[in-house]
Amino acid sequence: MLLPFFYTLKALKIPVGTHEWLTLLEALSQNLNDASLDRFYHLARSILVKSESLFDAYDQAFLICFKGREGEFKAKEELLDWLNKIVDPNNRPAMPDIPQLSLEELRKKFLERMREQMEEHHGGSHWIGTGGTSPFGHGGAHPSGIRFGGPGGGRSAVKVAEERRFANYRNDRILDTRQFKVALKRLRKLDRVGPQDELSLEKSIDATCKNAGDIELVFEAEKKNQMELLLLMDVGGSMDPYVELMDGLFSAAHSVKHFKAFQHYYFHNCIYSKVFTDMHRRDSIPLDDIFKKYRKSTRIIVVGDACMNPYELFSPGGAIDYWEHNPTAGIEWLKRVRQQYPNTVWLNPEPQGFWDHMTIQAVKKQIPMFPLTVDGLTEAVDLLRAGNTQLA
Amino acid sequence: MSQYKGTSDYIVSKELQDAVNVSLAIQRPLLLKGEPGTGKTLLAASIAASLNRPLLRWNVKSTTKAQEGLYLYDTVQRLNDSRFGDGNVRDIKRYIKLGKLGEAFVAPEPVVVLIDEIDKADLEFPNDLLAELDEMRFYIPETNEEIKAKHRPMVVITSNAEKELPDAFLRRCVFHFIEFPDVEMMKKIVAVHFPQIESKLLQHALNKFYELRSRTDLRKPPSTSELIDWLHALVSMGVNPKLIETEIPLVGCLIKKDEDSPKVKRSSRSAH
Repeated sequence: MLLPFFYTLKALKIPVGTHEWLTLLEALSQNLNDASLDRFYHLARSILVKSESLFDAYDQAFLICFKGREGEFKAKEELLDWLNKIVDPNNRPAMPDIPQLSLEELRKKFLERMREQMEEHHGGSHWIGTGGTSPFGHGGAHPSGIRFGGPGGGRSAVKVAEERRFANYRNDRILDTRQFKVALKRLRKLDRVGPQDELSLEKSIDATCKNAGDIELVFEAEKKNQMELLLLMDVGGSMDPYVELMDGLFSAAHSVKHFKAFQHYYFHNCIYSKVFTDMHRRDSIPLDDIFKKYRKSTRIIVVGDACMNPYELFSPGGAIDYWEHNPTAGIEWLKRVRQQYPNTVWLNPEPQGFWDHMTIQAVKKQIPMFPLTVDGLTEAVDLLRAGNTQLA
Repeated sequence: MSQYKGTSDYIVSKELQDAVNVSLAIQRPLLLKGEPGTGKTLLAASIAASLNRPLLRWNVKSTTKAQEGLYLYDTVQRLNDSRFGDGNVRDIKRYIKLGKLGEAFVAPEPVVVLIDEIDKADLEFPNDLLAELDEMRFYIPETNEEIKAKHRPMVVITSNAEKELPDAFLRRCVFHFIEFPDVEMMKKIVAVHFPQIESKLLQHALNKFYELRSRTDLRKPPSTSELIDWLHALVSMGVNPKLIETEIPLVGCLIKKDEDSPKVKRSSRSAH
């Protein structure tokens, strides 16, 4: 009964391995869930799922496997219950025509029948159901049968799973500041810089040995992150619905203090000869100056929907803002950015389903594009982290 | 085996209690995540008190290395001693100092070890502890000695999700995510701290608190520990409960980001 659950979890992309599975079986064999499905829900979750972002997927898997099957778990509970009740066997009315079963036999038969039975049965003497004289089910008459089913009290695990309270913690949903930070923090390149104030043990021992045992201390500079990051953000027009999201990414990048340099600029729809230092696009800085100011190893993250009128991207003079006369087409500027900074990625807040738009496709050819989600940002960071070795 | 049932000064949900007991029974570390201020660190103290075991606290910082939890070999001291002839320099044992995990292993009774904020350390930190947490033993090459746990300690690990933890590490843990307490649970928690609080004040304060929590535009929504601080301030300043209905007195206890305070002020003004 549990194995399908395991594979359902796997199918829903929860990384469960044999290790976790064996741990769960060990816990079950110690009866830590007390034979109850509600506690099984939490028990299995604490062992199998290691991130709150996967709780929602777990809830779904749980529903698929256990919804409508609460009885199977309850069965064991009531079996034990029943064992307590029949201390005095004479208490039961005699029914000589039906064979009485021992608890062991009964349990065996019950599980056997559980496996065989594929549908509901009411009446009759064999299957689990209501009425009849089968030893299994309820509302029937059997001297030593198992009654099971019926409503349970309180919040059952299935109900908890049905609420899907953890939908908000999912990874593939558009992400919040904190998760941005987690992803961005992985972007680093450690080098020794600054004052030499860290004692290097190995080098000290080495030097001391060479010095015939007279202690010689060697100091080194501390390791610091040498990563430089530029954030270029599309503002205005079609990006308005994503303002909060951009704000989140920006404040995350801003608060991740470990970058050697972090700067952000704005643009509208496409990057042309200059970028802006403020959101209202009043003060600008020529792209050429940016190229001079930041080293080639600088990582660039462009955020924008890349969704625009084709002439804004392909035609000279096609910029959406009339004062922005551009003799060079937008796509050329994008090419220059990528040439100057090989480690450039584009994050797109549009759902990936809409990416067949002509300009998105064209931009994507120039700059690797990722969706603006936790997974997308993580992938993008991986690419930036690796760095472009040919051009480094 | 003794079971964890919570302590009088720490309110624990049924699920969390189960998670603790599962981790006790199958002897795996318990990994706790949750918003700051949901009592992750306090849980370890509560477990230790409930099971009547000593608590060893290992606070992880960004510079902490896994090795430090096991043992430290004070080479500089030894070098120094060798030069100035202090004590028996040949006895390396004198220069081996056990870390918190090492202490837990050699302890004569079972202990609770808290590895606090594991995500603060380097990304590789948890990986460096895999074998030690699995087998509960480690080897000190300097003295050719093996430190093996006399009693498997109960290991509680907390994380604020600042860094993702490696899969191999996660596989070995029992995981529990401490959800933000709902109103009923919160009342119980408050009762532990302020058994005599005026019910009207509490009701108004909780209403305001959950109203703030439900807002999406705040950079840092207030957490349980901030609520407790706020209540403490309200009680000691003798704030009239009616005042809380219309505005948020002593807002500095709840709102800690300067970007957030104008937003809160604006909306409480417009509510008039």
